[in-house]
Amino acid sequence: MHVIVCIKQVPDTTNVRINPKTNTLMREGVESIINPFDEYALEEGLRLKDMTGAKVSVVTMGPPQAAVVLREAMARGADDAYLVSSRAFGGADTLATSYTLSMAIRKICGGRTPDLVLFGKQAIDGDTAQVGPGVSEFLDVPLVTYVKSLKADKSSYQVTSVMDDGEHVVTGSFPCVMTVLKEATTPRFAPLAGWRKAAKAEIAAFDEKALAADPIRIGLTGSPTKVVTIFPPPTKGGGEKVDARTDAAAGAQAIADFLQKKGLVKA
Amino acid sequence: MSAPIFIDPKLCKGCGKCVKGCGFGALKMVDAPGANKPGKLAEVDAAACKACNACVTACPFKAIAEVKQKIYGTEHIEDYKDIWVFAEQNGGRVAEVAYELLAKGVELKNQRGQGAKLAAVLLGSQLPKAAEDSLIAAGADVVYKVDDPSLADYEANVYVDAVSQLIVKHRPEVVLAGATAVGRAFFARVAVKVRTGLTADCTMLKIEETENKDTGALQMLLHQTRPAFGGNIMATIMTPNHRPQMATVRPKVFKKAPADPKRKGQVLAEALKLIAPKTKLVKVVKDPAAIDITAHDILVAGGRGLKKEENFKLLFRLAELLGGEVACSRACVDAGWCSVTRQVGQTGKTVAPKLYLCFGISGAIQHLEGIRGADTIVAVNSDPNAPIFGVADLGIVGDLFEILPLLVKELESK
Repeated sequence: MHVIVCIKQVPDTTNVRINPKTNTLMREGVESIINPFDEYALEEGLRLKDMTGAKVSVVTMGPPQAAVVLREAMARGADDAYLVSSRAFGGADTLATSYTLSMAIRKICGGRTPDLVLFGKQAIDGDTAQVGPGVSEFLDVPLVTYVKSLKADKSSYQVTSVMDDGEHVVTGSFPCVMTVLKEATTPRFAPLAGWRKAAKAEIAAFDEKALAADPIRIGLTGSPTKVVTIFPPPTKGGGEKVDARTDAAAGAQAIADFLQKKGLVKA
Repeated sequence: MSAPIFIDPKLCKGCGKCVKGCGFGALKMVDAPGANKPGKLAEVDAAACKACNACVTACPFKAIAEVKQKIYGTEHIEDYKDIWVFAEQNGGRVAEVAYELLAKGVELKNQRGQGAKLAAVLLGSQLPKAAEDSLIAAGADVVYKVDDPSLADYEANVYVDAVSQLIVKHRPEVVLAGATAVGRAFFARVAVKVRTGLTADCTMLKIEETENKDTGALQMLLHQTRPAFGGNIMATIMTPNHRPQMATVRPKVFKKAPADPKRKGQVLAEALKLIAPKTKLVKVVKDPAAIDITAHDILVAGGRGLKKEENFKLLFRLAELLGGEVACSRACVDAGWCSVTRQVGQTGKTVAPKLYLCFGISGAIQHLEGIRGADTIVAVNSDPNAPIFGVADLGIVGDLFEILPLLVKELESK
């Protein structure tokens, strides 16, 4: 069984701040991390390796420094790692990214279809949740999303998929592309021996030539969606403001009066 | 406006062969005394040029060059008409977000003009007539209905097949879906199947005449605005060269319009040959204690400023006094204080309560996007510069640990 886990290096957006003077992002000092949702996808892959002896390959698309997250995945137990990186891939939207990643997966598997491709539910920098489903289309493999728990043997699986109307218990047979939720498992720590091995491991790098990718379907050129303008978020301007720093009672009273006036307090 | 071809004045001999070669009347000769012997140069009308390159081959002097390689896009985008809304349903009941999108769809149809129709796409098995009627009452001119036993339960792969087939057959210009668990999952694959772009979680949509930066042509394009780059800034995104233009919108972002039961519309039953389901639904486990914060008129919310889980006790007491429910920011979920079902914001729920009363929430844009639909916002925060005060109808600068107990006491005494 061959499991491919797609991971992404993202800025730790919980720490991104806006410069109040210029209204632009302050990227300095923002740490790069494995997309948190992808850690759960990786853990599910490694659990399958523990249980069925599956081979786990990790792949990421990004700048050369994204190799860091691949080494971390190898330290945790992934068998091999692939970096999809080139200036030509820059500015890719979810369609171009899905195409590029699917070409990389085909290359890793020598043209065969992998048994299982795992993604995190979404990346915290883009929040689109579109690349996993997109890759499933390019690979022509069935799709299961929002997986909370995964049980599998070599040929079939049973998953719990969290939908709006409840948890769907779903069965099927491989191959499959799955997107994994945070609730799935607790990601393992990399043992020291794993780090030593990962530091020495070779990471294969693919550019557009190695993938034989169609040049008009990658990067900015291959992206149907274009970001036309960016602007600071609109504000309502704010209403009445009460400074209650030295008089908490006045603050509480102001809220109570406001709720009364608006008829929001139960009579 | 930039034309897809470039005419080199140093090489152009003013012979006019390109003018005859152009099938779109996009080229003409203009007077240019001293430029060459007849004193004329070729000029291109960028809006009329279709980048067919007939002139490039017609020019005997290699004076005309193609500026760009052919744009990666959909062929014959002018054939794509109408605005579609995916009408998610479960057990014959149409999801609220479909009505919200139809209300926006009516606006978009009017902005688009030129006879564009608004259509709803309804998939299911043994669908009740009430479902299609409700879509027409909400503004749909046409309902494309696919009633098939394999659509009885949601199965992503069959849904992808059905909607893609309809898009290929009828060529809509715009397709919208609710960013629900169902909408997000299968719609992303539909967009890839039909090779177009998809913008997730739009908070603003409008159709406006816009210059296509690649061709220079003026087109009626869908402006898709969403929070971007981690939600700290808003981005307007367009899909100029591909059709349909696809977008998802979270529930409660747009307001639904009152139903008009007298409206007339057309229901078209589509008999499609669908693929077999790829997965089997064994059962659906519902949690009877599940909290739906979007269903409450009053929300009392806590943020990072609450400092620890046990401090939420007072919020629960306050919510009880006001007859509301407790919500929270992402920080509280990450810290393990609250369940993700209570989370408001870009990665949580979008809410539109009558009152949003929040404590210790600074108001990151991801959070503010989630409460844009709230009628009234009251905020308590110790930082006078917190962005939440920019949207609050009443803002209290102060220590929530002092103010909250006093407020609870005040309300208890009533």
